[in-house]
Amino acid sequence: MMPLTIRALEKSYGGPPVLAGVDLDVPAGSLTAILGPSGCGKTTLLRLIAGFLTPDAGTIHLGEQLVASRTRSVPTARRNVGYVAQEGALFPHLDVAANISFGLPRARRRGGARVDDLLDLVGLEPSLARRSPHELSGGQQQRVALARALAPEPGVVLLDEPFSSLDAGLRGETGRAVVQALRAIDATAVLVTHDQAEALSLADQVAVMRSGRLVQVGAPQALYEAPTDRGVAEFVGAAVVLPATWRDGAAECALGVLPVSVPNGLHPTAVMVRPEQLLLVAPDRAGVRGTVSEVSYYGHDASVRLVLEGSRSEVVARVRGSDAPTPGSLVGVSVDGAARAL
Amino acid sequence: MVPAVLVALLALVPLSFVVGYAISIGWDEAYRLTVRPRVAELLGNTARLVVAGVLLSAAIGVGGAWLVERTRLPGRRIWNALLVAPLAVPAFVSSYGWVSLTARVEGFAGAVLIVTLAYYPLVYLPVAAALRGLDPALEETAAALGLGPWRTFFRVVLPQLRPALFGGSLLVSLHLLAEFGALQMLRFPTFTTAIYDQYRSSFNGPAANMLAGVLVGCCALLLAAEQRWRGTARLSRLGSGTARRGERVRLGRWFAPAQLGLLAVVVLALGVPLGSLAYWLATGSSTAFPVADLTSATATSLGLGAVAALVTVLAALPLAWLAVRRRRPLTVLLERATYVSNALPAIVVALALVTVSIKFVRPVYQTTTLLVVAYLVMFLPRAVVSGRAALAQAAPVLEDVAHALGQGPLATFRRVTLPLISPGLGAGAALVFLAVATELTATLLLAPIGTQTLATQFWNESNALAYGAAAPYAALMVVVSLPATYLLTREARRSSPA
Repeated sequence: MMPLTIRALEKSYGGPPVLAGVDLDVPAGSLTAILGPSGCGKTTLLRLIAGFLTPDAGTIHLGEQLVASRTRSVPTARRNVGYVAQEGALFPHLDVAANISFGLPRARRRGGARVDDLLDLVGLEPSLARRSPHELSGGQQQRVALARALAPEPGVVLLDEPFSSLDAGLRGETGRAVVQALRAIDATAVLVTHDQAEALSLADQVAVMRSGRLVQVGAPQALYEAPTDRGVAEFVGAAVVLPATWRDGAAECALGVLPVSVPNGLHPTAVMVRPEQLLLVAPDRAGVRGTVSEVSYYGHDASVRLVLEGSRSEVVARVRGSDAPTPGSLVGVSVDGAARAL
Repeated sequence: MVPAVLVALLALVPLSFVVGYAISIGWDEAYRLTVRPRVAELLGNTARLVVAGVLLSAAIGVGGAWLVERTRLPGRRIWNALLVAPLAVPAFVSSYGWVSLTARVEGFAGAVLIVTLAYYPLVYLPVAAALRGLDPALEETAAALGLGPWRTFFRVVLPQLRPALFGGSLLVSLHLLAEFGALQMLRFPTFTTAIYDQYRSSFNGPAANMLAGVLVGCCALLLAAEQRWRGTARLSRLGSGTARRGERVRLGRWFAPAQLGLLAVVVLALGVPLGSLAYWLATGSSTAFPVADLTSATATSLGLGAVAALVTVLAALPLAWLAVRRRRPLTVLLERATYVSNALPAIVVALALVTVSIKFVRPVYQTTTLLVVAYLVMFLPRAVVSGRAALAQAAPVLEDVAHALGQGPLATFRRVTLPLISPGLGAGAALVFLAVATELTATLLLAPIGTQTLATQFWNESNALAYGAAAPYAALMVVVSLPATYLLTREARRSSPA
């Protein structure tokens, strides 16, 4: 398994740039998720790595080998990449075993040992080997697609929104199975997705993409807790963002005075807390009070929309389902944990 | 790209010839050749044949489709097969069946009856598909709004069938304009038979060519009319999910008339021609069974069919590929250009190729090559349509995946694309093959002297009133046509145009 290195990558389809200078390092044996809304260029980035497209500028290295630059492009067939397409894209004229062994040299296609190993790796029964793709469920098709991509032992595995066509329950389960298989063989992998929960829960590293640029790259927890701007903050989860002024290393905002560390050189104008950091207490137990305007009850938890006294700011708190207040009631609001400067 | 452009240009030769000819002889001469009593008479004949034939086909087609798809008629699968089956009997074979029994079918009434019974399945098939796709909720809503069954049919069902009905009617009318064998046999002169007679009797170029021009004008008129009346309203189902199947109608006291009506159609369209054919096969002992002629005609038909099918599918592939994978205004135009010959009668294609080849490429005149080119031009649309459908099956992402698995372009084509598109290409080739095997008009004009196919041999025998001798050729053509009919029916079942 190899690291993947991307430097200053640019691409346009004749119009405005789709990728405007992308730098990314994917360490060997790790899974990086490219997270972004549709149209941000993440699929283009994946197709450039795969070699379906050639860049206008910049370089892509697989391990030590330069595979793509403006002047040089190794054809996909010789890049040794694994590719899992959006809907699996199993060959409809071949059965599961023939699909999995498609990329193996002719001599190794005979004898099903490798097929059985790979089916086992992705958590499928060996009895599926003789099935046709249309006899499989969506989740099974995706697992076979992964097994097929892993069969020739690629240097890097590319997954293009592989779970987006599955329904919610199957999505989580298939995602975990796929990641387990990738970790079991220590694969380097790039996963493109627009689903933040998927990116945070499956990846070692998340790269948030916006308008053809990577705006923040980091471990899932770092990204969620310390987003660098409001866009990232709101894209990777729900966020309460309030305008603030700074005095003596603390931020003054509608939620009171919050201790916030500001990295050198930044001039923040707002603070951000996550809804689960807001604690609802008795009105007399907190400095800030608010009136409950709306409660969305989900069972395990509830989102509570509040209008704060004084500033009339609207904030959202997430509480345990059993702790949900009734609309119209007055509650005290306190902040648990650190707020972030934006 | 280059092969696609060449094929499209070739497909446009007949139309360019007709238009170019009309321009080249000048307005006065064109006027003199066009505006004369003979042309008026032919125009009258052609017009009333088309109008009567289309109306009758529409009535039989819609009625039959409604009975089979929406009522509790017993034996619906069998009725469906029987109502489509006339497509397997070439119209000139069916008219031979009638005319060899009684001369009273000659003339207008007989011509309308026989060609209608030969071509109404072209309305039946799309309308039946459309009826299957209708959302029953619309009819239920109409009933809830107080409309009775008849008013529901005319105000809700029929308007939704319009695209299918008009598309089918257009096909019928184009076939009627182009029909040669049946009408010649029934002695009902139209433009097509007149062009043939002109050409045969005097090789009178200008008159035949100008008649061809008028004929092409009629085709263009029909295409335009269909475009105009088809309407642009959105008729597909609104909302998501698949439609339920509607409750089938009980026929009640209409049960017996409905059964008898269908029975009459099937007897007239299939029973009489095939019965007559069987009779002549049995009593044809008056003529010696010409095994040698029969074998050589069969071999020629099959051979021509195979070569034409191969050439046509190969020619269609670049066009289909461009239309699916490189969809741009230019490639769409190229693809559409090949459909022009769909609306051109075989007689026009043949006449154009005769004249153009004599003028510009003399060596190919009177060769099998020219005949194959004519088949290519006439049947290219079938191959392009099949090729498009086949390529649409082979999603580009599958090729991406194969590349990622280390397969180069050639290996990808051999291991992924070809296996995926070969069934569709095969179906297209089969359609072309079977159309060629029963083609009469262009073959009569273009076959090199001494080349006899099943259709031309049949034509010679039945023209000489040797009905017994003609029978084996007709029977073989019906046998050869059956698989094509099955394929066409299956295609129509898959797609519902409404």
